[in-house]
Amino acid sequence: MRGRTAAAAAGALVALGAALFAAFAVGRFPVSAGDLVTLMWSKLTGAPHGLPATVETVVFGVRGPRVLAAVAVGAALAAAGAAYQSLFRNPLVSPDILGVSSGAAVGAVLGIFLSLNVLAIQGLAFAFGLGAVALVYVTATAVRGHDPLLVLVLAGVVVGALLGAIVALLKYLADPYNQLPAITFWLLGSLAGTNRDDFVSAAPLMLAALVPLWLLRWRINLLSLGDEEAKALGVETTRTRIAVIACATLMTAAAVSISGVVGWIGLLIPHFARLLVGPDFGRLLPTAVILGAAFLLAVDTLARTVARIEIPLGVLTAFVGTPLFLWQLAAARRSWQ
Amino acid sequence: MHRARRRFLAGLALAALGPVAARAQSSRQIVDGAGRKVAIPARVERVYAAGPPASVLAFAVAPDKLIGWTSHFRDYERPFVAPKYADLPALGRLTGRGNTANVEVVIAARPDLVFDYGAITPTYVSLADRVQAQTGIPYVLLDGDFDRMAESLGAFGRIVGEDAAGEALARYAHELIADVSLRVARIPAAQRPRVYYGRGPRGLDTGLAGSINMESIEQVGAVNVAAELGKGGLVQVSVEQVLRWNPDVIVTIDPNFFASVRRDPLWRELAAVKSGRVHLAPNAPFGWIDFPPSVNRLIGLRWLCRLLYPETFPEDLRPVVRDFYSRMYHQAPTETQLDALLVSVRPQQA
Repeated sequence: MRGRTAAAAAGALVALGAALFAAFAVGRFPVSAGDLVTLMWSKLTGAPHGLPATVETVVFGVRGPRVLAAVAVGAALAAAGAAYQSLFRNPLVSPDILGVSSGAAVGAVLGIFLSLNVLAIQGLAFAFGLGAVALVYVTATAVRGHDPLLVLVLAGVVVGALLGAIVALLKYLADPYNQLPAITFWLLGSLAGTNRDDFVSAAPLMLAALVPLWLLRWRINLLSLGDEEAKALGVETTRTRIAVIACATLMTAAAVSISGVVGWIGLLIPHFARLLVGPDFGRLLPTAVILGAAFLLAVDTLARTVARIEIPLGVLTAFVGTPLFLWQLAAARRSWQ
Repeated sequence: MHRARRRFLAGLALAALGPVAARAQSSRQIVDGAGRKVAIPARVERVYAAGPPASVLAFAVAPDKLIGWTSHFRDYERPFVAPKYADLPALGRLTGRGNTANVEVVIAARPDLVFDYGAITPTYVSLADRVQAQTGIPYVLLDGDFDRMAESLGAFGRIVGEDAAGEALARYAHELIADVSLRVARIPAAQRPRVYYGRGPRGLDTGLAGSINMESIEQVGAVNVAAELGKGGLVQVSVEQVLRWNPDVIVTIDPNFFASVRRDPLWRELAAVKSGRVHLAPNAPFGWIDFPPSVNRLIGLRWLCRLLYPETFPEDLRPVVRDFYSRMYHQAPTETQLDALLVSVRPQQA
């Protein structure tokens, strides 16, 4: 078992490394492999590279932040998905089950509707994402006498539907020539405009949420046995659940606020990770993080290179993710039973 | 509340009587831009414009017959339109992308005519037929193609019985477009700037060749850098792609993008940003480039020409804009308003 885990981790790291290299090497602006190596070398040593400033801008200003953002967003969504699937003991759960994506969508669409600048749009998306989950949690705790997890999921679905309706209303009222295209593009998800500031603001939040999840890995394992059993084994179920939800929400909100709505990763990647290393959260989380990062990086690299225009991430993850998911569903029966 | 309800009921009653009333009044038959035969009242006094492009054209030709707008003016747009027109009610749009008008509200507003101006496709033709059959109100479509703008202005004038006004504006539009084409034709291809049109808060949404958003830019003979990606509508591109194009000029309608582009280290590499050739299109009371796609785009042609070919179009734009606003929007802008509209034409610091 240990050898298998090590092999899986090594495989995942190799996949991520390959995706990183491919991502830096390709793009719409022609940068030769030689120039790329020269640039990297000069960045490391401080030696002058003698290349046009535009090439440096492309590699370190445009591609660099985008590659890093894809890694961070993919890792965050996969980690949040893994945490939720363990917490809810349900393989169909994804990070948006408690309304974080729908909330973020309302925030971003509102920002575009009010013609705010990009920073304010991202801020609103983040705040509304957190707010939506808080609303779901408060609603669920107000309802007593039922299975708390069931009520939580139900509240998430209901609030999610309401938020979806608000997005639809804002789209309906938006100016069809100016705002509607921008809203549509945002809802489809994209890393096209990502710059250094986006990455610098989102990455610490994701990291701050990832670390507690890792520290809680044993309790999450116990939680996935069921509430009664976890309590019998001495786990503060309510407090642990709040901590897991808070962490998963924080990372998803941070991710979605810079990338727009990107589906599938939080659902698909934890399954793959579980297939590779089994359900133990201590191994599941790092594997999901690495796979999620590699998957989104690969998909985003396709999104910016396959066609000359940008292909929305939400579209491409579904196109790539659906066949993979179905294949996995048919091939693997053992991961949950 | 009571009054509104009474008016609504009265409207319904009138609508029920509609066909009778129409028979009592003399009517005439016209052929609209889609080739549909439509029977319209001999005297058209009240026009409901079904979308923003139709509103602008109807307002230009027959402002006193327009019974409402599709949406309220925003605060920065309102001062450019006389209060008696700006205060007309917002009735919603019946067509185009998204449909916000309640057919009962439209009926209650008692229009003699529903008018739409834009692309003539089977969707819009069938929509016009349906609404006309449902409400008994004649529904007229005119072609929104840029090259047929003068024709549509004249046709609308004849339909609503403002033949002289329609004819005058048609001549004005025709002359403006002809003058631009004539002068642009003399400019050799090598001197035509390569233009990137950036929309959206990040400036990364742009129009492909032949998209309605790019018609103005294509009309003035500039090269749309995104045209190499093919034909189509609005798409998203990456910063990398824009850096690769390295356009000579950037035109935008988004103030947030305009404010950030000169500070953003990624965009600062571009020739257009370095040479200060990034321009924010004016947008009051209606946009100058693509929004809404109606007769408001005419003045944008002159603005683009002045920015792109200062030698061929040396004349001061102030009188041109004043004249255009007086003719089309029935109110000349104040000196302060002119300053605001033409801020990009004055030399800027790079």
